[in-house]
Amino acid sequence: MGQLFDSIAEAFHLLSGGDIEVYGLIGTSFRVALTSTVIAAIIAFPLGIWLGLGKFKGKRAIDIIFNTLLFLPTVVVGHLVYMFLTREGPLGDYRLLFSQTAIVIGQVILATPIITAMVSNAIRVADPRIMATSLALGTGRLRAYAALLGEIRELVLLSVVAAFGRVIAEVGVSMMLGGNIFGKTRTITTGIALLTSQGEFGRATALGLVLLIIVFIINILVYQATHRAGT
Amino acid sequence: MEFQGNFKSAHRQILVTIFSVIVICIFSCTPARDVPGEEPDDTSGETQQNVVIKLATTTSVDNSGLLNHLLPVFTAETGIEVDVIAVGTGAALEMGRKGDVDIVLVHAPEAEQEFIDEGFGLARHYVAQNEFVIVGPGSDPLGIRNVRTAEEAFSLFLSGDLQFISRGDNSGTHKKELSIWELVGETPEGDWYIESGQGMGAVLTIADQMEAYTLTDSGTYYSMVNHLDLVLLLLGDPALENIYSIIPLNPELHPDLLHDEAMELVNWITGPTSIDLINDYEVNTHRLFNVANR
Repeated sequence: MGQLFDSIAEAFHLLSGGDIEVYGLIGTSFRVALTSTVIAAIIAFPLGIWLGLGKFKGKRAIDIIFNTLLFLPTVVVGHLVYMFLTREGPLGDYRLLFSQTAIVIGQVILATPIITAMVSNAIRVADPRIMATSLALGTGRLRAYAALLGEIRELVLLSVVAAFGRVIAEVGVSMMLGGNIFGKTRTITTGIALLTSQGEFGRATALGLVLLIIVFIINILVYQATHRAGT
Repeated sequence: MEFQGNFKSAHRQILVTIFSVIVICIFSCTPARDVPGEEPDDTSGETQQNVVIKLATTTSVDNSGLLNHLLPVFTAETGIEVDVIAVGTGAALEMGRKGDVDIVLVHAPEAEQEFIDEGFGLARHYVAQNEFVIVGPGSDPLGIRNVRTAEEAFSLFLSGDLQFISRGDNSGTHKKELSIWELVGETPEGDWYIESGQGMGAVLTIADQMEAYTLTDSGTYYSMVNHLDLVLLLLGDPALENIYSIIPLNPELHPDLLHDEAMELVNWITGPTSIDLINDYEVNTHRLFNVANR
């Protein structure tokens, strides 16, 4: 128990003391996860709208595929992307393996199905008249889609937060594709894995708490936004 | 419609949230060094950024802190940055085969020779050495501290009375362990033989937690000794010599790798500055490596 309390104290010490190494890890984690989430959202919003509104043959199959992708183990994604990025792979010439870009690619693959599935499900249960009304009012198709997303904005926000939560917390992709390079691709989670393997439990716990504290703050903000927004 | 009235403020709330998240991120990003998508790339003309080479090496070299001790000096002297990817020797050589890294630093002489014979590496350059040791719980139920050679110790492990944690990851340490089982002439099998598939630091932690024996390089053991209850039970067997070599890759196979910079690292790490740094490197008052055979 004493060790746990020491770790909590160390977590706050690391956060407040401006331990440059810890801030480096936090920075890498957030920069990479944020980039991945934004890219994933850009891909997933149109996909989600398409799946949510669309009535076409094979739609059910695509829905099931996207729901299955929600459960993709991070190491499977890591491995698959590795096969593409390695020098002998199809994208090998770009020399992306063991870089932040490589992690982002893997994380986009993890995050996109989450946002897609949540957005398309939300659209399915949303009022079908929104699109019709918007279009009848003479707005363009893009604006109508925006209005649609606006109507389900809380769920859209939650989907983005859920996606961000998954990628900031994952270790498989970051470890395999980033290589855990100090100062470059070492993230909070791969840092924790390394520290634990070296028996540095105190610092590892502290880093875990750092991650929790930051995610906690984000959730408070999201909670406020979604609840004051008047549902 | 109530919704219409709320729309603007709701919208603003969400914008505020997103803005706050971004502010937190920017705040947390400030001391970080590079930007995603701008991973240093040798093909683009860099202005102020150092050239970066990728070194695949073993967890034993990295976990012991040796590279953190050496590489900043190398970077300061040459302007070449080294990204270290720490894996097992087997995985490191595989990265070298594929050309995913520019150079490898490993410790499995036979596998290294094979790597060179196959045409992937140019030559082995001796960097440093230490030794493999057998560690285990202080109670030492099998009496490993009473034997002199790894072969004898391993024969005692076969009794299965206490667990032995194997790296099981095709690393240099794992290869060394297998070579000793070959000397013993038995295949380790049973509940007592645990193949962890993890790095050296992780295996020491597992052995520590499970009160089991394991074979480790002395460098990683000494660098972690403060976190471990494991004690050193056998050392000094000549069969347990542990030699680290750096191997530049064959430019003909992967012409676009940074071979010149990799050679600079070879010359520097086998040169006088590095000899002193390696000999002086101490953790927990133990000298972790020496360059006796250079």
